[in-house]
Amino acid sequence: MAALLLLAVAWVVVAGALPGLRAFGPGAFLGDASWQPAAGRVGAGALIAGTIAVTTLALAFALPLGVGAGIAGGWLLSPRPARMLRLLMLVAAGIPSVVLGLWGLTALVPLLAHWRAPGTSLLAAALVLALMLAPTIAVVVDAALSGVPAEQRRAAAALGLSRWGALASAGRQALGAGVLTAAAIATARALGETMAVLLVAGNVAQVPGNITDPVRTLTGGIALEMAYATGDHRSALFVLGLIALVVVLALVLLLRRVTGDDRDGAVHV
Amino acid sequence: MSERSLMWRDRLLDTAVWAMVAALLSVLAWLAVDLLRTAWPRLGWELLSEPARRAGRSGGIGSILVSTGLVLAVCWAVVLPLGLGAALALARSRATWTSWIRTSLDALAGLPSIILGLFGMIIFGDLLGLGFSIASGGLTLACMVLPTVVRVADAAFRAVPGPLLAQAAALGLSQTTTLLRLVLPAAAPGLLAALALGTGRALAETAALVFTAGASDRMPQALDDPGRTLAVHIYELAMNVAGGEASAAASAVVLLAAIATIQAVSAALLDRIQGEPR
Repeated sequence: MAALLLLAVAWVVVAGALPGLRAFGPGAFLGDASWQPAAGRVGAGALIAGTIAVTTLALAFALPLGVGAGIAGGWLLSPRPARMLRLLMLVAAGIPSVVLGLWGLTALVPLLAHWRAPGTSLLAAALVLALMLAPTIAVVVDAALSGVPAEQRRAAAALGLSRWGALASAGRQALGAGVLTAAAIATARALGETMAVLLVAGNVAQVPGNITDPVRTLTGGIALEMAYATGDHRSALFVLGLIALVVVLALVLLLRRVTGDDRDGAVHV
Repeated sequence: MSERSLMWRDRLLDTAVWAMVAALLSVLAWLAVDLLRTAWPRLGWELLSEPARRAGRSGGIGSILVSTGLVLAVCWAVVLPLGLGAALALARSRATWTSWIRTSLDALAGLPSIILGLFGMIIFGDLLGLGFSIASGGLTLACMVLPTVVRVADAAFRAVPGPLLAQAAALGLSQTTTLLRLVLPAAAPGLLAALALGTGRALAETAALVFTAGASDRMPQALDDPGRTLAVHIYELAMNVAGGEASAAASAVVLLAAIATIQAVSAALLDRIQGEPR
C-alpha cells in the first residue's frame, strides 16, 4: 500500500511534468539559468543554484550548533540536565517552519537590512533553516551517543581517559553514525522546506553572487507560481517538483543504505 | 600528546560545545520572547472565539481553529484505521517484502510536503472534484502523515514481547482476544506517541495545504468548503497582509502552545515504552 502510494505520488508528478518536458524539452530546464515561464524560458539553473546555496549554507550553520548540543546532551551532561536539554531540543524541533519563517521575517530580516538592504536574502533563508535543522540534528546525535553502552563509557573512564578521550575511543562510531544520519535528514528537510524559506529569501530567480542576494528555491518557485500558473507554465512547475522529488528520494535511499534496515524513530523525529 | 596538551584540547572542546549550546538556546529564547512581545496585545479569549476580520488584522482566529480542527479530523478519520491496520500487518508479517515496504514508507515520509501538495491538488482537488476544500486538505495531510504513523506504530507493535503472544496462544486465546486484550494495551503508549507525532506534523504543515484546503478565512459550513488552517493563517498574514504581524504572532503562539503540549505528552509516552528514561 505504501509502495503504491509512493508510486502514485511519483506518477502524478511525472504525469504533470510530461507536457512541460514535451513543450520545452528536458534540456531547456537544466541547461539554462533564465526562469521566465511566461516568456517561454524555463531554465531551472537559478532555482537549483538557489536551493543548493540555501541548503549548503544552512547546513554549515546548523551542523556545529546541532552536533554541539547533541554531544552536550548525549555525552557531557549528567542525566538530569541532559533530559532538560533533550526535551528543549524536542520542543524546538517541533516548531512549525512557518513560525520560524515569521520570526525570520519580523526579527531577523530587519536586522540584516540594517547591514545590507533589503535583508530578505540567501543569508536570512539559511539562518532560518539552520534554526529549524539544528534541534533535529541535536536530537539525532544525542540519541546515537546515548546508545553507547554504559560499560564502555566506564571502561574508558577507568583507563584514565577524560570525557573527550572517551568520546574519541568508545563513542567514535556512534558519533560518526549519528552525525551522518543527522546530516542526511537535515539535507532532505532543507531541500524540501518551502514556506519558511519563501518568507525570508526574497525570491528573485537569479544565481546568487553574494550571501546577501535574494534567492528563489525550487520548492519556493512552485509555491509562488502555482496559484496562477496554467498550461505549460503549470506543467513546468511540476518539472521543478520532479527535480526536487528525485534528489530527495536519492538522498533518502542513500540514508537507508548508510544506517541499515530497521532503525526506527530517529528518522521521524 | 602530552598530558598538558590533552588538557588544553579538552578545555577547548568543552568551550566550543558550550558556546554552541549557548548560541542555540539564546536564539531560541530570542524567538520566544520576540513572538510573545509581538503577540501580547492580541492575546486573550476573544482571539480564540471571534472570527477573523479585515483579512485577519483584527478579530480572532475562531474560524481558523474550526477549519484546523476539521482538517485534522478528516486526516485522522483516514489515518487511524488505515495506518494502524497497515502497521499491524507489517509488524506481523515475516515476509522479505516488508523491508521494501519500510524503505518506501521512509522515502514517502521524507518527501518535501509541497510535492504531496501537488499530488493532493491533482488527485483530490481535480480528479475527485473536491477542489479547494477541507476534505481535500485533510486527505492530502493523511497521505503526508500516514508513513510516519505507520512506521512508529509498526515499531510499537514489534516491541510487544514475543513470549506474551506465545503464552496467549498456549492458553488457547483467539486471535481477536489476543489483539484486543494483549497486543493493543501493550503497544498503546507507542500508538499514542504515533498519534501525537502525526498531529504535530499535520498542525505544522503549510505548503501541502495552500493548494488543497485553500486559504479562505471564513467559517467553514461543510467539509467541501475551503478552510484556512492555523499554519496557513500565519503564512498568509506574514506574506500577504500588511500590518498582520501581531495577529500572525498571536496565531503562532497558539499553534506553538498546541504543539508543545502534544510534544510533551508524546515525549513522556515514548519514555514509558522505552522503559527507563535514557
